[in-house]
Amino acid sequence: MAWRALRREWRSGELAVLWASIVVAVAALTGVGFLVDRIGRAVQAQANEVLAADARLASPEPLASELQQHAQQLRLRTARLITLLSVVYNGETSQLANVRAATEGYPLRGTISAAEAPFAKGVPTRAIPARGECWPDSRLAAAVGVSVGGMLDVGALKLRVSRILINRPDQGSTFVEFAPALLINDADLAATRLVQPASRMQYNLLLAGDSQALLDYQRWYKPRTRSGERLETVADASPQIDEAARRAGRFLALASLVAVLLCAVAVAMSARSYLARHLDAVALMKTLGAPRRLVLGVHALELLALAVSATLLGAAGGWLTQTWLLRALAGFLRTDLPPAGMMPVLIGLTVAIAMLAGFALPSLLQLTRVPALRVLRRDTGPPPLRLWLALAPALLAVVGIIYGTLGQWQLSLYFILALIGTTALLATGGFGLVRLAGRVRSRAGIALRHGIANLSRHRVGSVVQVVAFGLAVTLLLVLTTLRRDLIHDWRATLPPGVPNYFFVNIPSEQRADFQAALSATGAKSERMLPMVRGRLLAINGVAIGDRPEHSDMAEREQNLTWSLELGDDNRITEGRWWSSADIGKPLVSLATDFQESLKLNLGDHLQFDVAGERFEATVASFRKVKWDSFRPNFFIVFPPGYLDFASGSYMTSARYEPVSGAGLTSLVRRFPSVSIFNVGDLLAQVRSVIDKAATAVQSVFAFTLLAGVTVLLAAVQASRDERRYEAAILRALGAGRGMLMGSALFEFAGLGLLAGVLAATVAAFGGLLLAQALELRYRFDAPTWLIGVAGTVVIMGISGYLAVRPVLESEPRSVLS
Amino acid sequence: MERDIVLSADRVSKQVSSPEGPLTIVRDVSFVIRARESVAIAGPSGAGKSTLLALLAGLESPSSGRICLAGTDLTSLDEDGRARLRAEQVGFVFQSFHLIPALTALENVMLPLELRGRSDARSRALEILARVGLVARAGHYPRQLSGGEQQRVAMARAAVGEPSVLFADEPTGNLDTVTGERIIELLFELNADAQTTLVLVTHDAALASRCARVLKMESGMLA
Repeated sequence: MAWRALRREWRSGELAVLWASIVVAVAALTGVGFLVDRIGRAVQAQANEVLAADARLASPEPLASELQQHAQQLRLRTARLITLLSVVYNGETSQLANVRAATEGYPLRGTISAAEAPFAKGVPTRAIPARGECWPDSRLAAAVGVSVGGMLDVGALKLRVSRILINRPDQGSTFVEFAPALLINDADLAATRLVQPASRMQYNLLLAGDSQALLDYQRWYKPRTRSGERLETVADASPQIDEAARRAGRFLALASLVAVLLCAVAVAMSARSYLARHLDAVALMKTLGAPRRLVLGVHALELLALAVSATLLGAAGGWLTQTWLLRALAGFLRTDLPPAGMMPVLIGLTVAIAMLAGFALPSLLQLTRVPALRVLRRDTGPPPLRLWLALAPALLAVVGIIYGTLGQWQLSLYFILALIGTTALLATGGFGLVRLAGRVRSRAGIALRHGIANLSRHRVGSVVQVVAFGLAVTLLLVLTTLRRDLIHDWRATLPPGVPNYFFVNIPSEQRADFQAALSATGAKSERMLPMVRGRLLAINGVAIGDRPEHSDMAEREQNLTWSLELGDDNRITEGRWWSSADIGKPLVSLATDFQESLKLNLGDHLQFDVAGERFEATVASFRKVKWDSFRPNFFIVFPPGYLDFASGSYMTSARYEPVSGAGLTSLVRRFPSVSIFNVGDLLAQVRSVIDKAATAVQSVFAFTLLAGVTVLLAAVQASRDERRYEAAILRALGAGRGMLMGSALFEFAGLGLLAGVLAATVAAFGGLLLAQALELRYRFDAPTWLIGVAGTVVIMGISGYLAVRPVLESEPRSVLS
Repeated sequence: MERDIVLSADRVSKQVSSPEGPLTIVRDVSFVIRARESVAIAGPSGAGKSTLLALLAGLESPSSGRICLAGTDLTSLDEDGRARLRAEQVGFVFQSFHLIPALTALENVMLPLELRGRSDARSRALEILARVGLVARAGHYPRQLSGGEQQRVAMARAAVGEPSVLFADEPTGNLDTVTGERIIELLFELNADAQTTLVLVTHDAALASRCARVLKMESGMLA
């Protein structure tokens, strides 16, 4: 019986809209769900391989040999891995690479795969490059144009490319690392002359074996931990990646949630008009003796069938969306993620049922309460629904869906508050504009007047549509503007003349030579500052490790420098900069960013540790640093003569417009330990990542627009009988098809105009607030808003027109008795 | 004499399909109606009166035969052509009034003139609303008017364009007797004032007898 009813009522249209709303909601949710699930699986699968070991001891300083010896005594397997960033050359072509020197046995967990050509299918191997050989990864090989058999210059050494590295277990799991990798044999590292006292390297001791032995090792190692050293286990490493993936997923989920909630509104609207249309039929069924339970059962089964079929189609749509998202994020996410499981489909079904239960069930319950008397007296309806009964299921569904998707109470609360705020703004504006439109209609032509009359007559429906579309367009506009501002800001930070290269690790004794060689290439170099690595230990005698809010700071090594001159990109905000009389005094000047994060005051005593040497300094000044000058700058600066004991390297930046790569090539060959960073390239990489992420979020927001269309369809469905009736009268009175269609176009384009104008206004203010929060320069961009408004007018105009068209074709004959 | 003919039906039939096969609702009907004539189409329920009215007003097309309205062959026109002709030549009064709920009484009356693109729609509509005694309710919406008032607005709307033919479909069917009688008086007054041809469909013999001529229908045919 439910099946027959379903088939009959499908033709009426409400069910189709109800169904479409659920399909869109499920597609939005499962699309993101599938993607997050795939990332999650990748993280899970690689969790124990991410370190290429069970535990990894990492340090910026060479590790004591007893650390490895003790591990071997405990029968743990060990391997060493030293990583550093250096420029690798194939003739004149260069690329900054992550050079990884490994000993036999690497990796202890997971496998390396290698091939004969870049990006080919890798073959698993247990070997590492032999001495004199190297394995560049696909990106590096492609970047420098080398193939198997070719030679690469790594520092002072030439290495033969014997294979191409396709995959290694510790390549950062799901997220691709910025620098491509070069795997070499540990025995070759010394000959490259890349290892200098001040080189920025990471020494790793990899450990694997019995978990009890590992625990013993950890216990033995703990009291021997030296400054800067870290022992990481899988448990430490994978949650970070897991959390990063979860955070990205949550952000996408936020975007899909708006679509889901708008679809829920469409479900509620369809359910209400479904109720109105079925009152007579149910009253008749009751007159014929159908019990309330039967009425409820038939309709509940009908809705369940609807939920299941919509979920299946929505999930299929979600799968396609996820494939598309994966493509949009290519380069940011690895594309060889394991396939997703069925969990998102289950979640989709749960949400579909929750939507129907929350938004359609109250109407259904109302339907069962229609008195049979209605067959005699048409004005008899069901008793009014108690407010809590109408609202409670919807509220429960909304809160359940939001919390279920975001998984955090605080975030859910913020989301609900932001949603309520934006909705209230749009609804208030919508009511005002619809009223205003009603007032001006007497001056309009007939088609326009009818369009506007329809707007004000279906006022609630109009406002709901304005809010639905307004929300979608607001989100899209804010994201578009911020994305553009973000990119524009980054471009703006690199105006002509500003340094575009950083040179780090310039050995102290070579700095004069380096400066001369750099100038000889035609580069315009900036100041050269010393750079020493050290850690902040205590503030006013209190160890910062004891302050939980500063534990992060305690872990991290800082770059320290000394200088007599204050650059013109630094401005003293408190205290005073030192003079030559202060040379050698225990003073320190801090960047305001540092001051704020540690809540420091002038005169505070800070204790530092540089290479095991402890010393104190008094805070003499705070500086506001213009970081985007791209000149050497430091958070922590001492007067000259105080850190003389520390052997540091130097750094500088320069503006360099390469005519050919030859200038830098010879420079790097002469000074192999110097690391070169092309800031322009780095910014471009970061920009591309953000750009891709924004594309992904925008594509999810496109679902919000689709959801807006379902709300519009639901509103048209709800007013269908009125529209059909009116069209018949107008046609009987002589209105042509053109006039009716024109009035429909005016009505929906008018709605689009209201929604677009409101959305542009809300987005302009929202964008301003967000830009302030993100410290971006905000520019009002008229073309974007105009496109937003015009786009809304076109989308709403066309979808509304198409939805209402069949209704307007109604026969004028029907007005006769 | 031919010039006086405002509406003619020549061997008009209307067939519709039904589960039991084709069903003839109007069969081979022929007549002429002259200008300023008042004609009642009378007969019992199901006789085909309303279908005949729909055919005469161009609301639907006959299956066979020819209908001429104000000198134009309706059967040669498409839907939009018939709509244009209705806007120019036809006024309607319906049993259920059929006012547009979103428009005020004044805006409802202005409609036919606006459909013709007339610029004096507002002033003409106010005049005729005054004629039916409803100028004070011009700004009211249909839901704010009684049944009798709604039908007076509907008559004002039908008469405002000075149509050649005024079709009335059971105009008192939804009104009580007293109100119905007042409405009929008003209908005939308006018709006389404007010197319009009136074609009235009714099953009420008394009402039919007030017209100059009565066409009786039975089982889709003129008796």
